[in-house]
Amino acid sequence: MLKINKLHKSYPIGDSSLHVLKGIDLSVEAGEMVAIMGSSGSGKSTLLNIIGMLDEADEGEYILDNVPIKDLTEKKAAIYRNKFLGFIFQSFNLINYKSALDNVALPLYYQGLKRKERIEKALFHLEKVGLKKWATHLPNELSGGQKQRVAIARALAANPKLLLADEPTGALDTTTSYEIMDFIQSLNDEGKTILMVTHEEDIANMCKRIVRLKDGVIMEDVFINQVRALQHV
Amino acid sequence: MFDRDLWREIFQSINMNKTRSLLSGFTVAFAISLFAILFGIVNGLVNTFDTAFVDDASNSIFINSGKTSKASNGLQAGRRIQFKNEDQAWIKEEFDDKVQYITSRVYLNVTASFRNEKSNYTIRAVNPDHQYLENTLVTYGRFINQSDIKNKTKVVIIGRLVEEDLFLKTTAIGKYINLNGIQYKVVGVFSDDGGDNEERLIYMPVSTAQQIYGNNDYVDQINLTYNPEMDFDAAIGFSNMLTKKLKERFMVSQNDQRAIRVRNLANESKIVNQMTGGLGVMVLVIGFGTLIAGIVGISNMMIFIVKERTKEIGIRKALGAEPKSIVSIILLESILITIIAGFLGLLLGMGVLELAKPILEEFFIKDPSVSWSIVIGALITLIIAGAIAGYLPAKKASRIKPIVALRDN
Ligand SMILES: Nc1ncnc2c1ncn2[C@@H]1O[C@H](COP(=O)(O)OP(=O)(O)OP(=O)(O)O)[C@@H](O)[C@H]1O
Ligand SMILES: [Mg+2]
Repeated sequence: MLKINKLHKSYPIGDSSLHVLKGIDLSVEAGEMVAIMGSSGSGKSTLLNIIGMLDEADEGEYILDNVPIKDLTEKKAAIYRNKFLGFIFQSFNLINYKSALDNVALPLYYQGLKRKERIEKALFHLEKVGLKKWATHLPNELSGGQKQRVAIARALAANPKLLLADEPTGALDTTTSYEIMDFIQSLNDEGKTILMVTHEEDIANMCKRIVRLKDGVIMEDVFINQVRALQHV
Repeated sequence: MFDRDLWREIFQSINMNKTRSLLSGFTVAFAISLFAILFGIVNGLVNTFDTAFVDDASNSIFINSGKTSKASNGLQAGRRIQFKNEDQAWIKEEFDDKVQYITSRVYLNVTASFRNEKSNYTIRAVNPDHQYLENTLVTYGRFINQSDIKNKTKVVIIGRLVEEDLFLKTTAIGKYINLNGIQYKVVGVFSDDGGDNEERLIYMPVSTAQQIYGNNDYVDQINLTYNPEMDFDAAIGFSNMLTKKLKERFMVSQNDQRAIRVRNLANESKIVNQMTGGLGVMVLVIGFGTLIAGIVGISNMMIFIVKERTKEIGIRKALGAEPKSIVSIILLESILITIIAGFLGLLLGMGVLELAKPILEEFFIKDPSVSWSIVIGALITLIIAGAIAGYLPAKKASRIKPIVALRDN
């Protein structure tokens, strides 16, 4: 699914620069569910953003679905983000003046689907996250858990192969977190490849593999026995 | 551009962000309405200047006489100078090709009556040429002609308002009007752009007036127009020469400013032309000023909109929006706001002008208005300029890395 070789990334800070990723090697197969862990500032989000093509690496190789991701035109990048990748953010990143339904339908708009088809699909995904009744509500009328579910429905709408989540449960309480994790696990069961950044051990243990970052390198990379979220709900 | 979904996106964005849309539209509406109002007022001023002199042909010369103020040729000061018919003939002969039209004027005040209606008017007894000297428009019948002068016929041409006053709703042509006890046949009715006073006049053949009211050949005033092919300098030279020769003819000192007065409208129309020219420059300055203010306003609005939407742009890009679609969404939204706000501003400006018309007219601003073509032209300029000014921030916004945009708060 994806392969990363000797990836480097620095941020310029004033005159000097901060070397955040110092040679990351990582490969993920289709159907995996990977947790990326590490202390704050260790570069987890940076790595996930590069994988998600929201940011670019300075050095190294990144191959996504056999396509080397380097110097892509904006147009090509847009197509990959749209068709291949689904994002779930800690702060949801819903468009606040659009209803839940319109938010979910937005990636389908960029796929060029007809309005009727967009609405149909968006409703289907909203139903999947259990929010069909809330379709016409604006984000600020929804709870945190509901917002994250709308965001998940939006990430799923375009049927991406790879789902990227940066602390998807970071803004949620434990119960809601487990509900969201249960849903993400069911997506993985259906075959979606999932990469998520998390701080919490219990959430990480619900994945199938844990990658630990420290000082910009991978310190540990282990496969684990998945804990089912349903047990906790 | 004509993608329904794109427009749906834009309308949703405008509709759901009303404050932002209103704020940005306000600048445009304000600029355009100010443009219309200021432009209208200046136009009104131009109209005032124009109409102040439309009454008389701009190549007119008026010759008046008075008492001498200086002794000359052994004659004492205080002598009265009186023009006569022969003086008009003499001018015509002396300056033949320089004179276009010429007429004498005799003034009389009369009480006029028809049936039970009665009122006081001024008679202007003139020659046929007078019609062209003053922009007199004969609406019915005819003006004075040469045979009236020769036969001293008792005919009059009355102003539109005289007809209205005395003949009420009926037509005056062919009827007889009583002027100080003598009956005159009304052979014409005229209108005049010079205002109500001009339309309360009665014209009569000069010879008739001279015979009936004085039995002499005295003339109160001589009016003429010079050959319109003469330029300003030639016209001034001509009136100076005319003044000089008239003073010689009446043995008046060349320094006497009272006895014979020659007023050349060329002087005044030059001033008026300079005034309207100055106002024209003012129009341009106002036009450019408000348009530039509008353009600056739109640019600011674009920068503001882009700034406010940075995070949204990041989200859209993360979901697969191409830069092109980001640019069109932002640009079309601002163009749409500009058009709507521009039209509202235009209506507002025109409305204010219309409502303020009576007040403005008290300040000698006549018929303040702007033509639709000018304001629409201004609006289109604003829209185009706004689109150009907005393209840059929109383009820049579409280029930012999604991660940078998403981090924006
Ligand atoms: N745009 C940026 N400019 C400068 N420095 C940055 C930028 N983005 C991140 N950094 C720095 O890079 C380092 C890694 O950041 P990153 O967001 O990847 O950390 P993280 O592991 O996700 O941390 P957290 O758990 O707190 O989210 C941090 O020290 C951060 O301050
Ligand atoms: Mg982070």
